[in-house]
Amino acid sequence: MSDSSPVIAADGRPLKASLNRALRRQKIRALLLIAPLLVFVLVTFIAPIADMLFRSVENDIVSNTLPRTVVALEDWDSASGVSPDEAVFAALAADLAEAVKAKRHTQLGTRLNYELSGMSSLFRKTGRKVKRMDMDGPFKPQFLDIEEDWDDPRIWTTIKANSSRYTAGYFLNAVDLQNGPEGIEQRPENQRIYMKLFGRTIFLSVSITLSCFLLGYPIAFLLANLKARTSNILMILVLLPFWTSLLVRTSAWKVLLQQQGVINDTLVWLGIVADNNRLELINNQTGTIIAMTHILILPLYSVMKTIPITYVRAAKSLGATNWTAFWRVYFPQSVPGIGAGSILVFILAIGYYITPALVGGTSGTFISNRIAYHISSSLNWGLGAALGAILLALVLVLYGLYDKIVGIDNVKLG
Amino acid sequence: MSKLPPYATTGQRLWHYTFLTLCALIFFFLIFPIIIIPLSFNAQDFFTFTPKMLALDPEGFSTKHYADFFSNADWQNALKNSFKIAPVATIISVSFGTLAAIGLSQSHVPFKGAIMAILISPMIVPLIISAAGMYFFYSRIGLQGTYIGVVLAHAVLGIPFVIITVTATLINIDKSLTQASASMGAGPVRTFFKIQMPLILPGVISGGLFAFITSFDEVVVVLFVGSAGQKTLPWQMFIGMREQISPTILAVATLMVAISIVLLTTLEVLRRRSERLRGMSPG
Repeated sequence: MSDSSPVIAADGRPLKASLNRALRRQKIRALLLIAPLLVFVLVTFIAPIADMLFRSVENDIVSNTLPRTVVALEDWDSASGVSPDEAVFAALAADLAEAVKAKRHTQLGTRLNYELSGMSSLFRKTGRKVKRMDMDGPFKPQFLDIEEDWDDPRIWTTIKANSSRYTAGYFLNAVDLQNGPEGIEQRPENQRIYMKLFGRTIFLSVSITLSCFLLGYPIAFLLANLKARTSNILMILVLLPFWTSLLVRTSAWKVLLQQQGVINDTLVWLGIVADNNRLELINNQTGTIIAMTHILILPLYSVMKTIPITYVRAAKSLGATNWTAFWRVYFPQSVPGIGAGSILVFILAIGYYITPALVGGTSGTFISNRIAYHISSSLNWGLGAALGAILLALVLVLYGLYDKIVGIDNVKLG
Repeated sequence: MSKLPPYATTGQRLWHYTFLTLCALIFFFLIFPIIIIPLSFNAQDFFTFTPKMLALDPEGFSTKHYADFFSNADWQNALKNSFKIAPVATIISVSFGTLAAIGLSQSHVPFKGAIMAILISPMIVPLIISAAGMYFFYSRIGLQGTYIGVVLAHAVLGIPFVIITVTATLINIDKSLTQASASMGAGPVRTFFKIQMPLILPGVISGGLFAFITSFDEVVVVLFVGSAGQKTLPWQMFIGMREQISPTILAVATLMVAISIVLLTTLEVLRRRSERLRGMSPG
């Protein structure tokens, strides 16, 4: 059409430039509206998650507390099988003197104790005697005097291995491995707990998802095929437990499932169970599964509502029995809903903390309970953070799967 | 579908009624915990139905656990804390969230997908991880164990709900209304308050209710981020459940169920109203 001159807008500028300017203004306006919230979420939420990830690998306590020793150890060969020489001990004496004054040596001992037990008491004992050491004389014999263990090359291997600012130690610990003298190896038999814990968490989550599916499918089917009025009313019965808080529901189940509780009372009254043989429904895995059977009815329901009934009718008119019509025509169409709902329930289940804490007892704990234990009781924050990072990675992968099947934009809250 | 066709065989009839019975049983299972409501009126300090209660003898019932709840200093303190934290957190979520939702529904938002992902993330990440991360980070900046820390934490947890409900409402608003208002000379701020605000109000209120419920019922994050001075009602319940000392817990649980029912009903009414306005449901 026009060959050389660009199209001009009413105010004389080229239309393209005018359009770009208006577009840019719109973008800036949109970003200005979003910015306050984005900053807020970044500071109050994303930064904490980043901090947790950071703590799962940070390990600067050794290089901060024993700077000279770390440098001196660089020349020492950890495979030599013999403890280091005088220069290293001299550096250690200087470092420990400062550390004891700042009272940081016990922290160091505790941290190194996670790697090799005995380090904690070693540092405490040495720390007490360091003040009385002769500051010009040979240091190695003085240290060996205080505690013979200083001659053990394993101690020095541990210190050297933790000299770098970052460590994979916590992550290794989280999957039951450790950094042995020959590289990465499995932990001793009696210290391997985490793979079992992960396994148990996943097994329980799968059981929960399965039981939710078995309970939820018939209900979703019923609700999707009833008249709108009735299904709206029944939907309230479904949403009601969904909206009472998880804590309230778990408390209710705990009260009902305990040995002196209503369920056992009823069973005894009906004569099914003898009075002294009440079912141990609580404080074990059964308690966790029963209490957490949640509802995946909503995604199933929304998918089933979109299945046209004409297909089933057509199948029946072609001679299919009710079962065949259901299994070969209806069920395959509901599979996306099953997939989406199951992933959702699974994601929620592996992250649960309250319910296992209340009804799980000792054999029904989840990985989240262990993380909480490390943060509040054992104070091994690095390990707690590493476990949390693994859990987060798992959830994000599953969520990516969910997104592929359903799409994040389709999350509706009714 | 629930009506059996007249030519159904006996086998089909049998299955049909079995199916309905099964569904009834499942509904019963879903509602079962509601049974704690009558239990909370137990005159004795037991967690089960006493024979007097089963016989519907009025002597077996009493409201003494409720009286205990309202007079106990620990519980009342927890209740006060809950009501100090939840409304403020809700206001923060709603104000920031509504602004952002409006921004997100403009045309041409750069990096929309990434921004949405970041804003929805508090809903996706397991609570324990959020709680752990907040504990670490807030300790660094001195917010751990303070009132402000808990309020901020709850606000950020409620934000995804506000964003989802308000964007859902915004999508369905006729854009030509804002254009018409602009064409009649109203500035953007005036258009917002007179045209958009009334239309998105149901969405904002829904989001606010979700955020309020989230904060009010939340226990994991407050366990880590709060200190004893911010002990909320769910926290007190959690402690009570682990030690299981008195059936006052049942009374508290009943009250919380009642609050949830009220809020849920309000939400449902709002949702049906907005569906009617959009012309999407048959009455």
